[in-house]
Amino acid sequence: MITTDIIIIGAGPTGLFAVFEAGLLKLKCHLIDALPQPGGQCSEIYPKKPIYDIPAYPEILAGDLTDKLMEQCKQFEPGFTLGERAETIEKKEDGTFIVTTNKGTKHHAPVVAIASGLGSFEPRKPLLDNITDFEDKGVEYIIKEPEIYRNKNVVIAGGGDSALDWVIFLADVAKSVTLVHRRNEFRGHLDSVEKVQELKNQGKINLITPAEITAIVGNDKVQALEITKKDEAPFNLETDHFIPLFGLSPKLGPIANWGLDIEKNAIKVNNALDYQTNIPGIFAIGDGNIYPGKLKLILCGFHEATLMCQAAYQIINPGKRYVLKYTTVAGVDGFDGTRKEAPKSVVKTID
Amino acid sequence: MDSNDVKITIIDRDGVKHNIEAPTDMSMNLMEVVRSYELASEGTIGVCGGMAMCASCQCYINSEHDLPEMQDDEEAMLSEAFYVKESSRLGCQIHISKDLEGLEVELAPES
Repeated sequence: MITTDIIIIGAGPTGLFAVFEAGLLKLKCHLIDALPQPGGQCSEIYPKKPIYDIPAYPEILAGDLTDKLMEQCKQFEPGFTLGERAETIEKKEDGTFIVTTNKGTKHHAPVVAIASGLGSFEPRKPLLDNITDFEDKGVEYIIKEPEIYRNKNVVIAGGGDSALDWVIFLADVAKSVTLVHRRNEFRGHLDSVEKVQELKNQGKINLITPAEITAIVGNDKVQALEITKKDEAPFNLETDHFIPLFGLSPKLGPIANWGLDIEKNAIKVNNALDYQTNIPGIFAIGDGNIYPGKLKLILCGFHEATLMCQAAYQIINPGKRYVLKYTTVAGVDGFDGTRKEAPKSVVKTID
Repeated sequence: MDSNDVKITIIDRDGVKHNIEAPTDMSMNLMEVVRSYELASEGTIGVCGGMAMCASCQCYINSEHDLPEMQDDEEAMLSEAFYVKESSRLGCQIHISKDLEGLEVELAPES
């Protein structure tokens, strides 16, 4: 059981900034995210795209914003449960919560802050009737353990960076790698496209374009794929694994069943006060909440995170006095023993 | 109707036809118009914000309008999307202009 002060669901910009604000109040945070890395959408969808409305940054790349936020909250030593999706929540008699992930990891805290944006990112599944029957029986949407492909025949479908990256990686691991894409053009970093071209020229991978996987063949597990090239008759290709990489799409998922008031796929909160939901002790901040006048902007998420932390302090330290401190005056004392502070002003006589 | 508006028809994911007016002077795109009229559930359209990086705003162009040509990123995204037809476009890449008067589009299923 992981124990902390605030469980933050979602490690996007809002969740990461909440760690910093909580830290100033001496509250510790643990973040849960379905993605394998922090940053949420900023890292997963558009890391190389610029953002122009972060205060004091005329321009910052989304990926760099994540790096900066990680750096800013580092001294407050946030815990991370990554690659796991928050599945259930249980309120204990003492008012504290236990959040359990899809892999069974349990987290215990008096406050839960849902900063899950549009939801957890789920792989987009190709429209093949029986595909769900083969999940984990040869069909994998996310590559977790590359070793399982050693000396196996693998077919990857998709035309973006992840398809290209995994083709390159698995070319050295698998017995054979076949890349199937609907077009001859690929959308990825130039380096990756060139590398795949080189592997193809060397005969280390097979490229089938423009083509689509039109059926999965097998009994208990994947045995072959039916591939249809444009304007040609379908043919079967024997394979052990089929890895469709068509990106991820966010889904509210299990949080929808937590008894929270939901409107327009977002969690209703009290914006007059502290962004608390209808369940005391559970807050929702950032793109995933809704209230009159809500704007889905990163900078609004930062504000909401800050107010949420103040309310969390009151729940965790009932009745305890507190006065807002400015970091310039008080400095920042990390949980790791570091201290940041403004240099003392120089007092010196002028003769 | 504002003189800067154009009339367009949007068929939502339940097949319901909406005749709406879209401003040409607010630098909006078709995905944003759909959102402003709430014709698709929040969170199921315009997920990437309009960068041609998610295909959640895919639609089919039913009318014979001459639309601006597809750029590489839109074409690439559509080649990875599902339910794609010859008439598929990404709503976020279609700028609302006077030329769109009378346009009819249908939202592609959620995926």
